Amino acid sequence: MADPLVVLEGVTKSFGTEIVTQVLHGIDLAIQPAEFTALAGPSGSGKSTLLNLLGLLDRPTSGRILLAGRDTSGLSDDERSAVRGRSLGFVFQFHHLLPEFTALENVMMPMLAAKGREEKGMRERAFSLLDEIGLADRASYRATKLSGGQQQRVAVARALVLEPPLVLADEPTGNLDTESGAQVFELLRRVSAEHRTAFLVVTHDERIAARCDRILTMVDGRIRSDERNART
Amino acid sequence: MPFEVLVALRFLREGKIQTILILSGIGVGVAVIVFLSALIGGLQESLIERTLGTQAHIVVRAPEDLVRPVTQGSPGLAVAPRVERPAQRLRSIVGWPQTLELLLALPRVRAASPTVAGAAFALRGLANRSVALRGIEPSSFRRIIDMGPRMTAGEFRVDATNAVIGVELAADLGVSVGDKVRLETPAGRSEVFLVAGVFDVGNKDLNARWVFVSLRAAQTLLDLAGGISTIELKVAEIFDAERVAEEIVARTGLQADSWMKLNQQLLVGLRSQSASSWMIQFFVVVAVALGIASVLVVSVVQKSREIGILKAMGTRTVQVVRIFLVQGTVLGLAGSVFGSALGAGLSFFFASLAKNPDGSATFPVNLSPGLFLGATAIATFTGLLAAVAPAERAASLDPAEVIRYG
Repeated sequence: MADPLVVLEGVTKSFGTEIVTQVLHGIDLAIQPAEFTALAGPSGSGKSTLLNLLGLLDRPTSGRILLAGRDTSGLSDDERSAVRGRSLGFVFQFHHLLPEFTALENVMMPMLAAKGREEKGMRERAFSLLDEIGLADRASYRATKLSGGQQQRVAVARALVLEPPLVLADEPTGNLDTESGAQVFELLRRVSAEHRTAFLVVTHDERIAARCDRILTMVDGRIRSDERNART
Repeated sequence: MPFEVLVALRFLREGKIQTILILSGIGVGVAVIVFLSALIGGLQESLIERTLGTQAHIVVRAPEDLVRPVTQGSPGLAVAPRVERPAQRLRSIVGWPQTLELLLALPRVRAASPTVAGAAFALRGLANRSVALRGIEPSSFRRIIDMGPRMTAGEFRVDATNAVIGVELAADLGVSVGDKVRLETPAGRSEVFLVAGVFDVGNKDLNARWVFVSLRAAQTLLDLAGGISTIELKVAEIFDAERVAEEIVARTGLQADSWMKLNQQLLVGLRSQSASSWMIQFFVVVAVALGIASVLVVSVVQKSREIGILKAMGTRTVQVVRIFLVQGTVLGLAGSVFGSALGAGLSFFFASLAKNPDGSATFPVNLSPGLFLGATAIATFTGLLAAVAPAERAASLDPAEVIRYG
């Protein structure tokens, strides 16, 4: 097996200073390249906290997070931003497109933030991704003019635009009707395979979890089970 | 276009009503600054021009006669208990051609003209008026006070026995160009002059009192053969006049009075006018800054979700700060362009409301490009400064927090 993409070693997270609530209790976890993993568990079990730590949006109270073999705990906020931009993509539950921009501009945004200004080829790259998710004809639509499913597909394209090795998705279908949800999930599976991108998908939906390569189940801040789906 | 500018402009464009409101606020503020500066500046300029139109910048004259009292009595000499000021007689500046040369050589002096000034009576028939006789040298005097455009009849010609008088005096004596007037001094000398021109300097008193004759004629009448009583100067920078006057006193020992000393009340008036105008403008700038800051603070709260997304996508903290600084700067810049136009319009409208009979504006406004540049620079800098606090607030937003709670 190849070197793992992400390794968590004894990661804990507590919130609060006076009344300390420990949300994560010593998580050990390794994610392989191109692996499609579901992170399931009841609400309050620490799924989102774990996702934020993996996404370098938050720092662990103790333990280490290694991204592509590199320890991230010593990085400054700006270095973490840079790593985030380069190595991680995000898809959130509430779509979270920038309403001020068009679909195409939203997809371009991570490239713009990384390079500081528009460069040659960015527009074409974003457009080809929109084409890939089947929304080429909506490129110039404002984010707010798209349906929920369309917005979420644009968010997927945005997460992929810098070709990150890992995309973190927090309930990507949680806010969509069944049909749109299924479409978005199919898209995630397809791009994961085509771009050889690892996905970690937080989900409540057992049907979705069942269709992933690997299912992590969290309860009370611990990983209760770690199963691999034989079917895929 | 840099990423930060793109996002900043889009944020502003999307916050339509907010952006329009704050732009109007900044615009009105800048308009007040422009209008006030133009009005006060114009008013002051015209006041100074009116004052200096009939005045030399510096008047140099012979030092006053002094009595040196005996302070210590010696045997056989009585000490006067009271010393009276001597009566000041008309005296010539000793060695005035050299003095004139010396004054003209001063770097800040632009022109100098020797004149003879004294009291006289103008007589015609049964009418007599006391007048201020001014013997001048036309060629150099023109550079001190240009009477040419102030002539209402005839021309400004003072040579031989030609004289130029004011409209009031002409009316009092019932003379016009070509008529004769007799000038007589208290000492009893008199001469008949031909009225070559009539002037109007816009001051009734001066129009009734000034009589211009040639230097030589005045010297004869006032018994000052070959001498002159005053040298009138024009300096390059009018507010340098007092300093130049002090320098002249130090170097020549003569008496030198600047227009600033002779018009102290005017200067005090101008200064307090400027001070109150600066004060108003300062508070306008403060109000504009608070307006920009409050709009941006609200916008940070409104856009916290977007800021969180931008951060999650790899936007660095410094980029987030810049997005808001750019917004402040753009607001200041755009508002001041709009405000400059509004202020200029207001100024012209105001100037057109009140007109003098001759068509010139009663309230002159002084709109210089520097004024607009200054107002724009102030507003833009204010915008940038006002954006600092909101920008830091945006930078400190925790993306995880924002994303978790949508």
